[in-house]
Amino acid sequence: MAGKALVITSGKGGVGKTTTVANIGTALAMMDHRVCLIDADIGLRNLDVVMGLENRIVYDIVDVVEDNCRLEQALIRDKRHKNLFLLPAAQTRDKTAVQPEQMKTLVNELKEDMDYVIIDSPAGIEQGFKNAIAGADFALIVTTPEVSAVRDADRIIGLLEAEGIKDPEVIINRINPEMVSRGDMMSIEDIIEILAVKLKGIVPEDQIIVVSSNRGEPVVLKDNPKAGTAFKNIARRISGQEVNFISLEDKSFFTKLKKIFSFS
Amino acid sequence: MKKKKKKDDSSKNVAKERLQFILVQDRINLSPSEMESLKKDLLQVMKKYVDVDDREIDMEINREDQMMAMVANFPLRRKEQ
Repeated sequence: MAGKALVITSGKGGVGKTTTVANIGTALAMMDHRVCLIDADIGLRNLDVVMGLENRIVYDIVDVVEDNCRLEQALIRDKRHKNLFLLPAAQTRDKTAVQPEQMKTLVNELKEDMDYVIIDSPAGIEQGFKNAIAGADFALIVTTPEVSAVRDADRIIGLLEAEGIKDPEVIINRINPEMVSRGDMMSIEDIIEILAVKLKGIVPEDQIIVVSSNRGEPVVLKDNPKAGTAFKNIARRISGQEVNFISLEDKSFFTKLKKIFSFS
Repeated sequence: MKKKKKKDDSSKNVAKERLQFILVQDRINLSPSEMESLKKDLLQVMKKYVDVDDREIDMEINREDQMMAMVANFPLRRKEQ
């Protein structure tokens, strides 16, 4: 049975697309799904580094498209999960090395063998983006609670719908509950109201993300209460489970608790 | 884009208002000055038939399902008895 292809995109750079792909992909693999991640950011590959697989690259996506190797030869098997694969981007070429039609063929071929194919889109709305969405059945848009990121997300939603990818859903990354409660950051409700799309996940700001990318180990590998749980929840929703959104009120709950105990 | 008379100047609200303003331009490719003259033209038409309070007009572009909708709010003055 053919799997599903999912593109993770954003418009704006630096909002956490690659981290999201690495973590959702790893989480789905931990749930025993067969998963292949595709780095579609040709010329600026990063997903291999975030996954800690940079030393294993022999062939890349351009080699596959140009018939220098077979698809299976270019796939890197994850060192932690044998049902997780990465198709790396080429580093020495540019976006024009692959055409949308070729991408579509490639993704369809991978879907035969995988439950999920997750495509990491480059920033921007040019050819790299068009390649990334060419073979996708669904799209998840990553944004952060900033004016520029939400603006670009809105633009991307319009472009996806024009390309026939209906009902994209949004992941709001790096939300800081304290800043939201102070009135210094747009809330989840504000962003969803403005974008008028469905919410797929909320990822709180978490310093552990930097540590995990330093080490090349996605946060979902360990029991991480903030970002790790958030990414695992998104993976569960993708696989069809109903999972409640994490409460951002937890912090104030603890402060309330502290207040109660400090009475005595 | 002001909604309520009471102005909330928290930075989150500033962000939200700026964003809504930017998205009008992005979504329908209408510059602020074009939007302003559209508002004026609409107001002229409305005024032919009803008494509009022109200080409180509110116009927004919303995304509703697969469609864009321009929502305009023209508060009417109550007729003096």
